Amino acid sequence: MAETDQSPADRSPITDHRSRISYVSTTNACKLCKPLGACLVFRGIEGAIPYLHGSQGCATYMRRYIISHFREPMDIASSSLGEKQAVYGGGPSLKQGLRNVIAKYRPALIGVATTCLTETIGDDVPGILAEFREEAAGETLPALVRVSTPSYSGTHAEGFHAAVRAVAEQLGEAGEPTGAVNLFPGSVSPADLRHLKELLRDFGLDGVILPDLSETLDGPALQDYEELPRGGTPVARLRGMGRSRATLEFGRALPGTTAGAVLARRFGVPLRSLGLPVGLRESDRFFRALEELSGRATPREHALERGRLVDAYVDGHKVVSGVQAVVYGEEDLVVGLAAFLAEIGVRPVLCASGGRSGRLAGAVQAVTEGLLPEPPAVREGADFYELAEEAEALGPQLLVGNSKGYHLARRWQIPLVRVGFPIHDRFGGQRLLHLGYRGAQSLYDRIVNALLEVKQEGSAVGYGYL
Amino acid sequence: MILEARKDQVHRKGDEAFALACNKDSLAGAVSQRACVFCGSRVVLYPIADALHLVHGPVGCAAYTWDIRGALSSGPELHRLSFSTDLQEVDVIFGGEGKLEAALRELIDRHAPKAAFVYSTCIVGIIGDDLEAVCKRVEAEKGIPVIPVQSEGFKGNKRAGYNAACSAMMRLVGTGDTAGISPLSVNILGDFNLAGEIWIIRGYFERMGVEVVANVTGDGRVDDLRRAHGAALNVVQCSGSTMDLARMMQEKYGTPFLRVSYFGVEDMAESLYDVARFFADRDPGMLDRTRELVREELAVLYPKLQEYRKALTGKRAAIYVGGAFKAFSLVKAFRLLGMDVVMVGSQTGTAEDYRELYEITDEGTIIVDDANPLELAEFVREKDVDILVGGVKERPIAHKLGVGFCDHNHERKEALEGFVGMLNFADEAYRTVMSPVWRFVPRRAEASHG
Repeated sequence: MAETDQSPADRSPITDHRSRISYVSTTNACKLCKPLGACLVFRGIEGAIPYLHGSQGCATYMRRYIISHFREPMDIASSSLGEKQAVYGGGPSLKQGLRNVIAKYRPALIGVATTCLTETIGDDVPGILAEFREEAAGETLPALVRVSTPSYSGTHAEGFHAAVRAVAEQLGEAGEPTGAVNLFPGSVSPADLRHLKELLRDFGLDGVILPDLSETLDGPALQDYEELPRGGTPVARLRGMGRSRATLEFGRALPGTTAGAVLARRFGVPLRSLGLPVGLRESDRFFRALEELSGRATPREHALERGRLVDAYVDGHKVVSGVQAVVYGEEDLVVGLAAFLAEIGVRPVLCASGGRSGRLAGAVQAVTEGLLPEPPAVREGADFYELAEEAEALGPQLLVGNSKGYHLARRWQIPLVRVGFPIHDRFGGQRLLHLGYRGAQSLYDRIVNALLEVKQEGSAVGYGYL
Repeated sequence: MILEARKDQVHRKGDEAFALACNKDSLAGAVSQRACVFCGSRVVLYPIADALHLVHGPVGCAAYTWDIRGALSSGPELHRLSFSTDLQEVDVIFGGEGKLEAALRELIDRHAPKAAFVYSTCIVGIIGDDLEAVCKRVEAEKGIPVIPVQSEGFKGNKRAGYNAACSAMMRLVGTGDTAGISPLSVNILGDFNLAGEIWIIRGYFERMGVEVVANVTGDGRVDDLRRAHGAALNVVQCSGSTMDLARMMQEKYGTPFLRVSYFGVEDMAESLYDVARFFADRDPGMLDRTRELVREELAVLYPKLQEYRKALTGKRAAIYVGGAFKAFSLVKAFRLLGMDVVMVGSQTGTAEDYRELYEITDEGTIIVDDANPLELAEFVREKDVDILVGGVKERPIAHKLGVGFCDHNHERKEALEGFVGMLNFADEAYRTVMSPVWRFVPRRAEASHG
């Protein structure tokens, strides 16, 4: 741990909490590359197939990575560019690839994301797609959405948000109001999405969710292999996003112009930006928004869930109170988890992400305000090497994040409560519930029990009765 | 269901004269199961445990290959960390050489590796960073081999990556002291020590009286590679991954090589006999020791296998693996279990590979090159298979259709090599095929209810 370096002047006070060396290289990245996020978004559209314009390996690696978490088929098409195309341009391969994908998958939408290769050789994807449409004049083509996702800028989370924005920009249409509510939940689990859909339904709201992975990446056993998994939000509904009566968008650290902002500017759809509803207070804000949008009070079932959650907070407070935790992962999830942990009495001492939105520190400060004896250290653009170095000195008792923290948990002999993506050393990553009162309840029970298990295991007596 | 441009890459044995197109670039939009050149080089070099493996490129290539494999080390574990230059836009515009050089210095100082491998990715090939020059400078400064691996993803398929990796290793071979190496010695090539498999194989060689000089690359060490040219023989497993290295060593140092396979009883035993026969002149007793070894192992193995065979006879298996060589052994291993192989394919098989598969398979077997999920699903359904063998990407295809699956790829964490590995494989096949869960999946449930 380097304590000697002066912190760079451009860091906010909360980031300056601890000084650090900045490394040139990355060791064990706390992020994935941009196109992966885009592929996830396209999977959440009905009948859509993600398509990577690049060399074959990118699609294969990302498929493999996503399959490990969701344990579901994840077909991603590729232009399979070779050396010749890298020199002369990938346009013909992109067009041929689209033809083949259309022939085999009969998709309703093809989501074309670029890679570092095609960005750098300068393929004009909008131009190539325009040519493709022209050449196919008279044929019925699937919707084509393109998004620029050079893997040398940003993270998979940014690729995710860029794809959501691209869909809003390229599909959203003006016209008769639909009365629907757009919901851009960010990168959450299929279980989270099912819960969000239930909430919208129970409040009588007609939601247009992008992406909706609730079925496409958590489907049933089947008689036949489906070319494209059932589920996802239909393209027609996405076209209607410009005619919705409001947009709800989760994320306090969203980069740049968001999909919600685009719809607000272009079609005047009012935007409500909220934090990811993790924990009691961030969920309260979400429920308040649902009440206002629907004009209904929170249904009794959900109010009861809130009540039980507070009751659980009280019952278990001694187990968690004062426990020091390190939280890492995608920025918005880190913000939500920090909010949740602070309110149950756990002290997040380090909040880290591979993302660099510049908003993480402020967002963490905002959601933990007044709950912590001192603000946590916040690290943007962190990798697991730096995270480990810094956390070592803080002596955490709990890790909260994805599977990538397992080796640290093992080294320090502390529990890792797995959340977010990727979870590939356990089953059920796709069924983890993080959001709303119910999600907070599930997280709370997992954390309390993880800490109790440590206590029990480390005890000479081994009490079996609390 | 099969794209017109792929029709000649699928053959149903018995239909017509055998001819199968292979070694083709993957078709755009066909959703190939293949990876890339970078992947091939990373697969081969990854298990060298005391080397630094720095991926020069954007973060994805390093992140997706961070400790995903089951390659174990008996000592250092530097290979399990994922190092990247994490190229940013500014590096792409102004070139990444400066960053690479600084990253190498930083990481070599931090980890004191025995050597460093620097992998080029797609983008490095495009922006034209001079890896060779950077590596040379750092090598002179730090006094360890710093070796560029020419593995730009788009420059072919996985096979080209194997070649890049072998060229990189060849820079180490021949730079170490070979004093004291036994005339009865081998290098183990093309084994990655998944779940400790190389330790099983080394154990057999020890019992035969054969010294193992270098493991290439499972549980690999830089210094062993440097003196690998001192070994009397290279034993090469895996279709193509280290065949190039064997050929290069034969050319430069005259080291002969044998192709072997450690999967299945037949191939495992035959591989050991081949080695013993090779050394017969120098050690006439070795063949007898080897026979004794095989006898001992089989005495344990066979009675247990018979139990599995009883349950598994007549069940149907499909195989789709990276290299075709593994498929030969799997066909035989399934036969030993009484099972029928009804489909077999690979990502990177050669014409000779497929010819051999054609020879050893039954009538009606589907033989396929560079397949994709929709084709595989169709074959699995058409042949009504009970178990599909493949890698992680093939798993959901099987499971979605309510079919058993066995991971036989670099990511598995169970040892399947050697005689004990055959038992593990049989046990896994049994537990998979005979699991009661299949009766609940729609495919079976509806069939049984008419």
